[in-house]
Amino acid sequence: MVTAVRIAPDGTLSLEAPYVGEAKRSLAEVADIQGSFTLSDVSVAYGREVVIEGVDLFIPPRAVTALIGPSGCGKSTLLRCLNRMNDELGNVHVQGEISLDGQSIMGRAMDPVELRMRVGQVFQRPNPFPMSIYDNVAYGPRTQGIRRRSELDSLVEESLKGAALWEEVRKNLKKHAFELSGGQQQRLCIARALATKPEVILMDEPASALDPISTQQIEDTIAELRSSVTIVIVTHNMQQAARISDQTAFMLRESLDTPAHLIEVGDTKKIFTNPDDRRTESYITGRFG
Amino acid sequence: MTRLTRARRARATEQLARVVTGLAAAAVVGAAVFVVAYIVKNGAGALDVGFLTGAPRDRGRAGGIFPIIMGTIYVTVATAAFTLPVGVLAGVYLSEYAPRTFATRAIKLAITNMAGVPSIVYGLFGLAAFVLTAGLGRSLIASALTLTCMTLPVVITATEEALRQIPTDLRHAALALGATKLRTIRTVVLPAAAPGIITGSILGLARAAGETAPILFTGAVFQMRRLPDSPLSQFMSLPYHIYAQVTSVPGWNRTLVWGTALVLVGGVSIISVAAAVWRSIRRRKVTW
Amino acid sequence: MTPASLTPNRRRLGRTVTTRAAEAVLRALIYICGWLCIVILLAIAAFLVYNSVRSLREAGLTTMLSGMQWYPTSDPGRFGLAPLVVGSLLVTAVALALAVPVGIAAAVYISEFSGGAVKEVSKSVIEFLAAVPSVVYGLIGVAVLIPAVKDSFGLSSGMTALTGGIVLGIMSIPTVISISEDALHAVPVELRQGSAALGNTRWQTTYKVTVPAASSGIFASVMLGLGRAIGETMAVLMLTGNAAVMPHGVLESVRTMTGTIAAEMGEVVQGGLHYSVLFTVGLVLFAITFGINLAADLVLERQQRRWRR
Ligand SMILES: Nc1ncnc2c1ncn2[C@@H]1O[C@H](COP(=O)(O)OP(=O)(O)OP(=O)(O)O)[C@@H](O)[C@H]1O
Ligand SMILES: [Mg+2]
Repeated sequence: MVTAVRIAPDGTLSLEAPYVGEAKRSLAEVADIQGSFTLSDVSVAYGREVVIEGVDLFIPPRAVTALIGPSGCGKSTLLRCLNRMNDELGNVHVQGEISLDGQSIMGRAMDPVELRMRVGQVFQRPNPFPMSIYDNVAYGPRTQGIRRRSELDSLVEESLKGAALWEEVRKNLKKHAFELSGGQQQRLCIARALATKPEVILMDEPASALDPISTQQIEDTIAELRSSVTIVIVTHNMQQAARISDQTAFMLRESLDTPAHLIEVGDTKKIFTNPDDRRTESYITGRFG
Repeated sequence: MTRLTRARRARATEQLARVVTGLAAAAVVGAAVFVVAYIVKNGAGALDVGFLTGAPRDRGRAGGIFPIIMGTIYVTVATAAFTLPVGVLAGVYLSEYAPRTFATRAIKLAITNMAGVPSIVYGLFGLAAFVLTAGLGRSLIASALTLTCMTLPVVITATEEALRQIPTDLRHAALALGATKLRTIRTVVLPAAAPGIITGSILGLARAAGETAPILFTGAVFQMRRLPDSPLSQFMSLPYHIYAQVTSVPGWNRTLVWGTALVLVGGVSIISVAAAVWRSIRRRKVTW
Repeated sequence: MTPASLTPNRRRLGRTVTTRAAEAVLRALIYICGWLCIVILLAIAAFLVYNSVRSLREAGLTTMLSGMQWYPTSDPGRFGLAPLVVGSLLVTAVALALAVPVGIAAAVYISEFSGGAVKEVSKSVIEFLAAVPSVVYGLIGVAVLIPAVKDSFGLSSGMTALTGGIVLGIMSIPTVISISEDALHAVPVELRQGSAALGNTRWQTTYKVTVPAASSGIFASVMLGLGRAIGETMAVLMLTGNAAVMPHGVLESVRTMTGTIAAEMGEVVQGGLHYSVLFTVGLVLFAITFGINLAADLVLERQQRRWRR
């Protein structure tokens, strides 16, 4: 089952297949959609080894899309395609077409530096910079050339509020980021990503290194953000995917020497209650992977 | 029964090995203690305000060593000014840019080989290249450039190793925020690696400060009336002063020469120890 | 609810021409500095060769290397390097005879038998010994060792190959220890545990397993100690008496290659034959240490590859 929403380079939109899911309502706002991705026939190879093949996927704006699948099926790899972080690994080849709000992000069509200001990322393990909380959050804006103290101050405050960390740290923004707990550090990383005012935030198992309470806080943060930012999240936690996402995409690599494919994508409720594909069903019910 | 004796013999050998290797280690430590004690015992008597702030008189048999200390400081600072930027950039190249190819291997080989080139050969090179060919004459700057060539491998290696300690995650965090590679290096990677880079570099520079052979015919002089007033002036230097006293001043003043040695060794060690302590404090604070 | 201003914006986010230009310049600098070491090393070789040309042409390399007499200031000058080469080798041999056994044994003790504070202290002490300037070692040798050698062997002068060699040995010990210790330290714990599990004592494990496993690193430490000794200048210059004649034993005064350059370069005519010969001596030294370092590096590289998984 493939969703095919095509946004032509001139911004016009055409539906080529019935679109499933809650995200449908966003289609009305298509004229100023911000932060929708369209992937068509995307394949990724590390060196000669093709690990992902033929992925067609629409990621609706201002909604949460969960990527699920067994370990090694290429979720992180696909996620990194969306902000071109694969470029930094060297030896990675991405084929097919990916566009952000109708504009291609592939090759020379897009400066990865600009793309990453619009598409933020939160990593699996919290990775704050070895500097103060304030400087961590202000890093992105400063990269964009914002120098005015008042502007930075308000951005830092907004972002920390957005990541539900403000109340805990407002008194000591000068504190070294490493003195925060793991969960706080991860929310700091979310705040840091928010401060560049991205249209999309990619999250690669953002809670997998955290305790249940911190995980809950991250999930709350995601719930708050969903109306304003597109979120693509990779998770191994089925309940989490079911709780927080609007759309779910299931990937699977059926054997070690074949590439992974996108098996099924659709409304989260449907995927978790009544999936079309048997493999999806066995995965979410925990029969393999 | 035999097994028991064998075990006993093994234990005896073990004890013997412990004692023999321990003696070797103790001898090395003893040598260091002796070196320190001997220098302090012979040189401490010279240390007073007049010695540290006065100029040498009677070819160094009397007076102080102030201009000599300053000469060493000048040439070392000049060396640092050349070595640090070039060495750090080269370290950045090796750790962040260099492709894993034959060429990179060749660069690394060049670096280890440079570290092994005898200091007197650097002296020859400095004479031929900087003093004569570049026309700098025997000067502070020619000596500093010579010492730079000698110190570069240390700074490059220290930088490269410090950069490699920085987790990739941190680089990716900055890149994912839209920082360019260079901005990532400048604002995240280098500051995080600074303690290691600075400590390693200071150890290298401290060694440069104590070198004689490279400055022997590139700019150091035995006697000079003024402090060096331009990069092209010659200079006096602590290690060269010691050498010159011992080899060419009949009836050299033992106390003053040992005092000079104490100042040199003391200065070099205080700086090195301070650098090492600072690094370990920073390390304790920041762990990856 | 999320503050309204967090909603995405459409700022121009691209890099400006000036930042791109600045980045290009900085990147170019990084590449240049990266390659600079190769340039410097080649330049050293080139300048040594260039300045040696005159002596190679007029005196000839083989004639110089086999020549037994070093009378550079006689007319015509005699430039036999053999006494200098032998002098260097003799002093170095003495140094290694001291530094290798002591250095390796100390490294074994520090790596295998010591722990905690003892280990830390010995390591700092070794760093200190490596940081003491060579002219200070020379000074200590002048004050302590020259009289001691003179008295114990009943010589007329205490300035001998032995005197210089002992001090050089002490100077080379830190190199031998630190590289050997690194090599021993790099041997995987599993290997030692495996040996201990077979009922071997610490020492049996050390000489049956650890030392053989670290052998190439230990070899490299000896090579680098050798390089350090052969290239050392100031201490030997102050201690060996500098008689440029073919020595017959370690209790005679010798002159090394390094000492010759240091002692004579100040007095020669620039561009003259003697000047050129001194560069040839430098070239020989450069070639020797280059070979030594290359060998040590190749051996170390192999060792590192062995333990890297
Ligand atoms: N840098 C790399 N170089 C080579 N192969 C890689 C690299 N990164 C990932 N791979 C391979 O690509 C495939 C997909 O990896 P990826 O990390 O995207 O999987 P994943 O779904 O994120 O797994 P996990 O759930 O364990 O994080 C795997 O087979 C992996 O071995
Ligand atoms: Mg992953």
